[in-house]
Amino acid sequence: MNSNTYKKGLRDGIPIALGYFAVSFTLGIAAKKAGLTAFQATLMSLTNSTSAGEFAAISAICAGSTYLEMAVMQAVINLRYLLMSCALSQKIDTKVGMFHRLIMGGGITDEIFGISVSVSDKLNPFYMYGAMSLAIPAWAAGTCLGVVLGSVLPANIISALSIALYGMFLAVIIPPARDNKIIALIVAVSMAASYMFSIAPVLKNISSGMRVIILTVLISMAAAFLFPIEEDSADAE
Amino acid sequence: MQNNTYIYILVMAVVTYLIRVLPLTLIKKEIKNRHIRSFLYYMPYVTLAVMTFPSILHATDSIYAGWAGMLVAVFLAWKKQSLFCVSAASCVVVFILELII
Repeated sequence: MNSNTYKKGLRDGIPIALGYFAVSFTLGIAAKKAGLTAFQATLMSLTNSTSAGEFAAISAICAGSTYLEMAVMQAVINLRYLLMSCALSQKIDTKVGMFHRLIMGGGITDEIFGISVSVSDKLNPFYMYGAMSLAIPAWAAGTCLGVVLGSVLPANIISALSIALYGMFLAVIIPPARDNKIIALIVAVSMAASYMFSIAPVLKNISSGMRVIILTVLISMAAAFLFPIEEDSADAE
Repeated sequence: MQNNTYIYILVMAVVTYLIRVLPLTLIKKEIKNRHIRSFLYYMPYVTLAVMTFPSILHATDSIYAGWAGMLVAVFLAWKKQSLFCVSAASCVVVFILELII
């Protein structure tokens, strides 16, 4: 049972790993420019696995920020993981032990969260482990190769791979939107609001990490009050 | 350099790990409140939608390839194709279009 779930996680981790490889390759190139060694950049990716956070960290290291500034910056940029972790706490069985929770927490990235929260029924930790065991090494390996190889991979391949993660997000949110009018509405409103935040004066100066947090809280709260879920129709049941 | 890169990496790793792991380890019971449950139910869709659009258009070198990749992904996802299929198809479309453009 657990080994089948693990294999399913591995399979769903393939597109994540491919996308990660492309993104972390560009991360590696940026790290090299900032003067990090391949070992340092790989260590950073292995222990953090967060694209926006690491890109920001590289410029902070370059600028010689204080350690406190680094801590605050990472907390703000990665705050969305706090919300994701809350959501996953309700997606797993209450009997799942502390040991599993400590490992699963380390695997919360935008993409692994995306596939984990959309499994039917309760989330089995081994599904997440499957995805993590491909995605996180791919993230670290891409970073390492980005530092070492830099410009060897042709630009058009990197460009094509860069859309992989977004394609995967769409594969996670579109099917439930097709079956549920409320989710369809919420997806459409979220995309429209996100677009508005990216072009409107003042709003466009908000960092993308902050934009995700603000819109997630506002739109999910509005949806929760306008369309509270029925007691037994929630996917968590 | 005055500041040590390894200490930077340690600081960011600890902060990021705590953010990820605290709710998961502290919230052990099922939340009964209907509004909070609804919030957590809708939240992933909002987060993923906001992260996808309009960023998907700027992920690729050409914005037209980005549009094409997105439309193909939406179509295949609508047809309930697998994560890998949707994702790979959008990459292939972008790759081919950028060869032509």
